[in-house]
Amino acid sequence: MLNISPRLEPPDLQLVHQRIKDTIAVLGNFKRLRDPERKRKDYLDLLRHDLANYYNYNDYLMQKFTDLFDIKELIEFLEANEVERPVTIRTNTLKSRRRDLAQALINRGVNLDPIGEWSKVGLIVFDSPVPIGATPEYLAGHYMLQGASSMLPVMALAAQPNEKVLDMCSAPGGKTTYIAALMKNTGMIVANDVNKERCKALTANIHRLGVVNTIVCSENGRQFPKIVGGFDRVLLDAPCSGTGVISKDASVKSNKVEKDILRCSHIQKELLLSAIDSVDARSSTGGYIVYCTCSIMVEEDEWVVDYALKRRSVKLVSTGLEFGREGFTKFKERRFHPTLKLTRRYYPHEHNMDGFFVAKFKKLSNLIPAKEGVYCRKAKAIIFTFTLY
Amino acid sequence: MRPLTAEETKTFFEKLAKYISPENIKLLLDRPDASYCFRLHKDRVFYASEKIMLTANNFARKELVSFGTCFGKFTKTGKFRLYMTALDYLAPYAQFKVWVKPNGEQSFLYGNHVLKSHLGRITDSTSKYQGVIVMSMSDVPLGFGVSAKSTQECRRADPSSIVTFHQADVGEYLRTEETLL
Repeated sequence: MLNISPRLEPPDLQLVHQRIKDTIAVLGNFKRLRDPERKRKDYLDLLRHDLANYYNYNDYLMQKFTDLFDIKELIEFLEANEVERPVTIRTNTLKSRRRDLAQALINRGVNLDPIGEWSKVGLIVFDSPVPIGATPEYLAGHYMLQGASSMLPVMALAAQPNEKVLDMCSAPGGKTTYIAALMKNTGMIVANDVNKERCKALTANIHRLGVVNTIVCSENGRQFPKIVGGFDRVLLDAPCSGTGVISKDASVKSNKVEKDILRCSHIQKELLLSAIDSVDARSSTGGYIVYCTCSIMVEEDEWVVDYALKRRSVKLVSTGLEFGREGFTKFKERRFHPTLKLTRRYYPHEHNMDGFFVAKFKKLSNLIPAKEGVYCRKAKAIIFTFTLY
Repeated sequence: MRPLTAEETKTFFEKLAKYISPENIKLLLDRPDASYCFRLHKDRVFYASEKIMLTANNFARKELVSFGTCFGKFTKTGKFRLYMTALDYLAPYAQFKVWVKPNGEQSFLYGNHVLKSHLGRITDSTSKYQGVIVMSMSDVPLGFGVSAKSTQECRRADPSSIVTFHQADVGEYLRTEETLL
């Protein structure tokens, strides 16, 4: 029988691992294996505690992940966070073609393959005798080092040539340069990033890849419709807690608490409203907004999207991405708009790319619906003036 | 952001003319697709279409980082320094080119001069101290520099002698990313 009473830390990680396995086994066949004294909740609490211990997460984050996944998937997810995602590169179609690039890199002894059916420009690098970020082809701008997941929002945005596009949080420019490649260097892109230091890398990448239709600026994204508006499409890759990219930055495991998540969520809501306001609904070709984060927290994804749906006249449309899991329409006590199933979620364990969330909006009208509270107050004032007369 | 003054225009075009012929500089300004212009912003010269330039005008001077393509910058002494970011416009119009062998690519991209032993090909009739574009053997532009020897002199130069002085190369995207803009 599994001993779960002592809450003391076993000194050995192997023991913790064993206990995790045992607990999972018990939960798998609860009726037969359980200790009749213990409730299911006790086992779950113990499992969560042990997992947090074994994989070095804080309790808050582990609680969040257990809410998102069932036990089997949770373990897969945690394991996937321990290994790095494969190195992927994107061909810069402004300067090269995928076949030519692949040949040039193979000549340098790089072992690579197309990334998958869904992308015509992505390549996956298995191993390379030369640093892949410093080959002459890289320096000449024939490709960009870019995660598979960060190609998805650009494909969802599907910018057309001669459009006016805003990339709100653009550094270091992987998505911006992909947008430019899809637009064939025509039209105009405004690439914004609030951080001046990161703007340097952004500018260098834009020049390296031969993108000429871009304005780089470092405004606060929330200022946006005030400075320039009337865009055909806006991409908002919002700053987030980074819970989808734990394999890249393991510090997220221990330093993110509820306050951080909610702070991110708040900024994201503000930025998303700015992004929506910056789009011209009457644009003949566009009127689309793509919102994406590298977080898998519901607070930063569905919640933010649902908020925007309530505050602006926008609707969700299909992202046009062939794969990915549907977004949540309900999560614990929260109920979201039913169209949230059109959004897409990506997980490290399922798609072998960074955890990611993509939503695509179509703007319906440039009018901003008044908040209900404000509306009531105005109506009351009108009634009041009438009674005066 | 402002248009270049007469003096700045002169310095700038004189520098450009070292790499591309004056007719081709004209081609940069009179383009069939849209009207393009050169503008000065924070001592740097940017080349962009009029439409992009006008939108860039909306941003505060402090917040605007770059627009279109940066060609280079004016130094404090009033000279013009061409950046490797201009390479995309220089390379197709270049009159004189130097091709380096694959074994010399790395060395040039680390900021070294081109040696005779690394020289693959050189445009005929290149004179001494002429601005040249440095290409790899597969015609990928790698940077630019100044020829240290004329084509004739190159033929009988000793293998370790310098044939092209390094001025800028695409390796600077990694080495000097911070000071680019």
